[in-house]
Amino acid sequence: MKDNKNNIELTANENILEKLYSEPNNLWLRLLIVFVIIIVAAWGSTSLSFSGITEKGMNVAKSVFHGIIYPDTELLFNFTKDGVPFLVLQTIAIAVLGTINGAILAIPISFLASTNIVPKPVAYIFRALILFVRCIPSLLWALIWIRVTGPGAFCGVATQSICSIGMISKMYITAIENLDTGILESLDAAGCNTFEKIRVGILPQLLASFISTAIYRFDINLKDATTLGIVGAGGIGSPMMQSISSAKYNRVGSFLWVLILLVLVIEWISTKIRARLARGRS
Amino acid sequence: MTRHSEKDKIKRDNALAKIVFKQQHKHDLDNKVSIFDRVFKPETITLDNGHSVDRPRSRVPLIMLCLLAVIYISIKATGFDLRVIIERANQLTVILGQILTPNWKFIPAKVIEPLLDTIKMSIVGTIIGCGLGLPIAVIASSNINKNRPSLLIVRLFLAITRSIPTLIYALIFALIFSLGAFAGTIAIALFTLGIVAKMLYESIETIDMGPYEAMQSYGATTFESFWVACMPQILPIYIDNCLYCLELNVRSSSILGYVGAGGLGLLISERTGLRFYHDVGAILITLFIVVWAIDIFSDYVRSKLI
Repeated sequence: MKDNKNNIELTANENILEKLYSEPNNLWLRLLIVFVIIIVAAWGSTSLSFSGITEKGMNVAKSVFHGIIYPDTELLFNFTKDGVPFLVLQTIAIAVLGTINGAILAIPISFLASTNIVPKPVAYIFRALILFVRCIPSLLWALIWIRVTGPGAFCGVATQSICSIGMISKMYITAIENLDTGILESLDAAGCNTFEKIRVGILPQLLASFISTAIYRFDINLKDATTLGIVGAGGIGSPMMQSISSAKYNRVGSFLWVLILLVLVIEWISTKIRARLARGRS
Repeated sequence: MTRHSEKDKIKRDNALAKIVFKQQHKHDLDNKVSIFDRVFKPETITLDNGHSVDRPRSRVPLIMLCLLAVIYISIKATGFDLRVIIERANQLTVILGQILTPNWKFIPAKVIEPLLDTIKMSIVGTIIGCGLGLPIAVIASSNINKNRPSLLIVRLFLAITRSIPTLIYALIFALIFSLGAFAGTIAIALFTLGIVAKMLYESIETIDMGPYEAMQSYGATTFESFWVACMPQILPIYIDNCLYCLELNVRSSSILGYVGAGGLGLLISERTGLRFYHDVGAILITLFIVVWAIDIFSDYVRSKLI
């Protein structure tokens, strides 16, 4: 009995050793990869000329830090159109409208770009269109829209409506191409008409992922809405840029705090909603 | 033989106890009624066999009402007007038309050098950000780091770095480190750090901790056991995240130049300032080719990983 047990242990050890020795020895490959990364990093840092922090730079750094610790509280509780509360509302409004417009515009485009709905040539034409939209940076879209809408929050909404289409339709297409079409056949067999087939067979499959995508994009749009202010597209961005360039760092501090809080709260809410959409109502 | 049957019996008893517990629990859960269901009483449907079923009222009307209110407030706050867009839509084609007919001669003349700058900037930024992201992610994962205060501090730091847009980093760093690619690189590195560390600590928390605990029981230090037991599990995810960030950074670093952080963005802002949109079209095409090439490269690496 005891002998038998020892034997089993011995074979087990041999198996382990055999496994260990049969592991491929990747040392050279790993060294090569590390070497390549170092070479690339060295090549990349050739253009970085670090000239040291000038005294002016140090002062700026100090005053930014000071501004973050002592933000301009008057600005935070100013309920006119220049105050932070209205700007936050406007930023959220830009992101909301931009996301909703983008999510609605993306629906027909992504159906027309799905290879299981339309013939392949048509799908590729619409994919090229999506690629084109994604290719132009959002700031440039803002410049293009300013000619139509004039500067202000309206321009931000128009810009985000277009910019959102790229990413949203990419996710929509994945959802549409994963559609289970077996259900449609069984509904056919049950004698449903086209409307009923869409209502019972397609909508429940797509709705959750569509809404989840839109909420995820809302997250991104909210962050983008703050940067669009640079070219004058409204929101909290433009007064922030102005106070940075006119060296009013206390104002910058209060804008930064509000921005951080806003983004974190929205991110937390959107994660909660998306988790619930993924798991269903518990 | 007898030992086996005893074990089986214990197993069966345990399973039974679990089921009973779940059923009791489920009853408790069912008794919880949300506020919505209390206000709008569920519709009771009586079946043919006398049983009745509660069917909760649809939440869609309420959600729709809220959504409509939010949209109304948003339209008021932004001054959104569809009529303006329809009336002035022809203005849209002015710049778009110029971008769509790029000035090809501009590419070899002026685009290549800033393009290389942009690529260098985003590669170095990504390497720094990803390199720092790994140790920070380990500190921020609750299954490895049992020290609660340090965990919370690191997570708060990550949340703050993530929530500030790259452009604003670049704007502030351009003031501190003077204009140029260095400010852009630091901005990219900081932003990448935030994203990579977050994605990484979320995946570290889902890994199989068995090997790690086994290593610890052999007396290995935290670092040794992490390196041997956890690294092989998270390495593919880590590389995947790094590639995703590289792609994202090349895209965004083209904009960073707007605030004077060097690279292609500087050229784009210069050309848009001069209203030479044919040149902008040429810049965008080169940028597109680079992003596409990086996409193909990262797809190749990913296919090797799996």
